[in-house]
Amino acid sequence: MSDAPYLSLEKLTLAYGDTVAVADLDLGIRKGELIALLGPSGCGKTTTMRAIAGLLPVKSGHVRLDGADITRVPANKRAVGLVFQSYALFPHLSVYENVAFGLKLKGMRGTELDAKVQAGIKSVGLSSFANRKPAELSGGQQQRVALARSMVMEPKVLLLDEPLSNLDARLRLEMRTELQRVQKETGVTMIFVTHDQAEALALADRIVVMKGGAIEQIGSPEDIYSRPVSSFVADFVGFENIFPLEQGRLKTSGGLIELPGQAPSAAGLAWRPRMVTLGSGPFRGTVRGTSFAGDSREYLLDTPFGPIKAEVEASQPAHALGADLSFDLPAEKAAPLARFA
Amino acid sequence: MTARSLFIPLTLLLVLAFLIGPFLIIVAASFSAGETLNFPPQGFSLRWILKVFTVESFRASFGMSLFLAIGGTAAALVLGIPASYALSRYKLPGAEIVRTVVSAPIIVPGIIVGLALLRYIVVPFQVGITAALFLAHTALVLPYAVRVVSASLDNLRSDIEEAAVLLGSSRLGAFFRVVMPNIRGGILSAFILGFVTSFNQVPVSLFLSGPGVRTLPIDMIAYMEIVFDPSVAALSSLLAFLSIGIVFAAERFLGFSRYV
Ligand SMILES: Nc1ncnc2c1ncn2[C@@H]1O[C@H](COP(=O)(O)OP(=O)(O)OP(=O)(O)O)[C@@H](O)[C@H]1O
Ligand SMILES: [Mg+2]
Repeated sequence: MSDAPYLSLEKLTLAYGDTVAVADLDLGIRKGELIALLGPSGCGKTTTMRAIAGLLPVKSGHVRLDGADITRVPANKRAVGLVFQSYALFPHLSVYENVAFGLKLKGMRGTELDAKVQAGIKSVGLSSFANRKPAELSGGQQQRVALARSMVMEPKVLLLDEPLSNLDARLRLEMRTELQRVQKETGVTMIFVTHDQAEALALADRIVVMKGGAIEQIGSPEDIYSRPVSSFVADFVGFENIFPLEQGRLKTSGGLIELPGQAPSAAGLAWRPRMVTLGSGPFRGTVRGTSFAGDSREYLLDTPFGPIKAEVEASQPAHALGADLSFDLPAEKAAPLARFA
Repeated sequence: MTARSLFIPLTLLLVLAFLIGPFLIIVAASFSAGETLNFPPQGFSLRWILKVFTVESFRASFGMSLFLAIGGTAAALVLGIPASYALSRYKLPGAEIVRTVVSAPIIVPGIIVGLALLRYIVVPFQVGITAALFLAHTALVLPYAVRVVSASLDNLRSDIEEAAVLLGSSRLGAFFRVVMPNIRGGILSAFILGFVTSFNQVPVSLFLSGPGVRTLPIDMIAYMEIVFDPSVAALSSLLAFLSIGIVFAAERFLGFSRYV
């Protein structure tokens, strides 16, 4: 397996009129990888996908796919599939005809066409719905049709823009497994956009975190989850206690505080609520709020650091509002941040 | 009952009488057995209804009106569909101005449109009567075509065109493969609305009709100036029922009122 990327974005800059939405983006993706694009609303995820698909002209930079520069190749000649958040099924065509649409344009006819369409519909479990119109399907079923319609084209890259965001929680899980299965079976290179960090962590081989039209961090799910490079990524993946460091001391709303032990050399430190030690330690805080989350309990503490969020096993004895507790922010557990804000 | 609670039903009744009354009078008059257009009608007969079909000039002008209504509306749609598409899909500079100009004939009185066409197009360029009428009817129907087709385009998400393109279709191909089939109802509605508008058009045709070339409404006016028998009432009734039938069928099968 060669290390040269299958799909690469080089110094990609995308704009709507004079407004630059994505600037100087560099990204290399290997064949068969499943990439998640994660980031807050408006950071340029859809814009990037549309440029890869050829629906949005590139302002500067290059898109390369499978060894060819496709920057100026029109969208209908790219062999890139896109599953829209809104599914974008053709309302006047049946499930069968939707799936057959692209194959017919390729000139496929007769039994070959029929076999391929049937197989595509079967692979998403919709064989008994082949004659229905999109309006007669549930959201999850429509999503499957959209997936099958793109997959039968055997695209080099399949892009999915928030494919699961219109589905309810149970269907999301189901479709998640479905996506993973399709990807493993076909080995198609996939990029999917999501707002949901849990989804990205569960599905992706690598996660690309975007912020303001640029890449903030690229890494494996473990990297992103445990080793965020910046306060932005840390915040996005659920670190709730995040402080900048100044000369080895934490800068808090209560002033500079020195942590016991060796002074770390980072721009900041971040702790998940789980990483906060509650009931022992050198600091004291007052319980301002609690919430029960099934197998755990969350506390909001008033402390010299300002508000601190701590989470403990639900089996531990509960603390009442107003209780005065000792706690610790263990420096060795903290994620060191290379960049702050 | 108080006077207050009677007020609304009474008003409604008056409005209805005002709207439908004349129509009922015309219908009643068409079945008259008398020699002149009268109300209440004298006796009952089908002679005027039957006579309509024997008047030579009615047949010719009915043909002309039909030609203008079908041809003019078709031409308006050929121009109007791409125009509506461009207006709804592309953020063109000045799109609002184009929209306003295109719908101008709805706002500007027909008599002005007719006079302007006559004075500045037909006379200077020596346009033939039929061609002039055709042009005028196309221009008159165009705003309706644009409005109705735009309404159904706005109901159609534009991402299905992008989906079609990503499946290998050209932009133009996507328009014919996925846009047209989904606005078919709107196009048919526009056609019916345009047809009826053109067919009933008087002021513009009045200016442009010439020797031997007339639309049916103009011919009816001319006929009434000479003969005052109930055949014009009979013809009106027939046309009214034709229109009602078309609109009713359209509503029934297409949900016509959604687009208008
Ligand atoms: N058609 C457009 N015209 C002008 N600006 C646009 C257009 N579409 C997007 N933008 C701008 O480009 C930036 C990136 O938008 P984009 O849709 O790529 O964000 P996103 O990451 O997909 O957000 P979301 O998660 O909300 O879908 C935003 O600031 C947005 O306002
Ligand atoms: Mg988006």
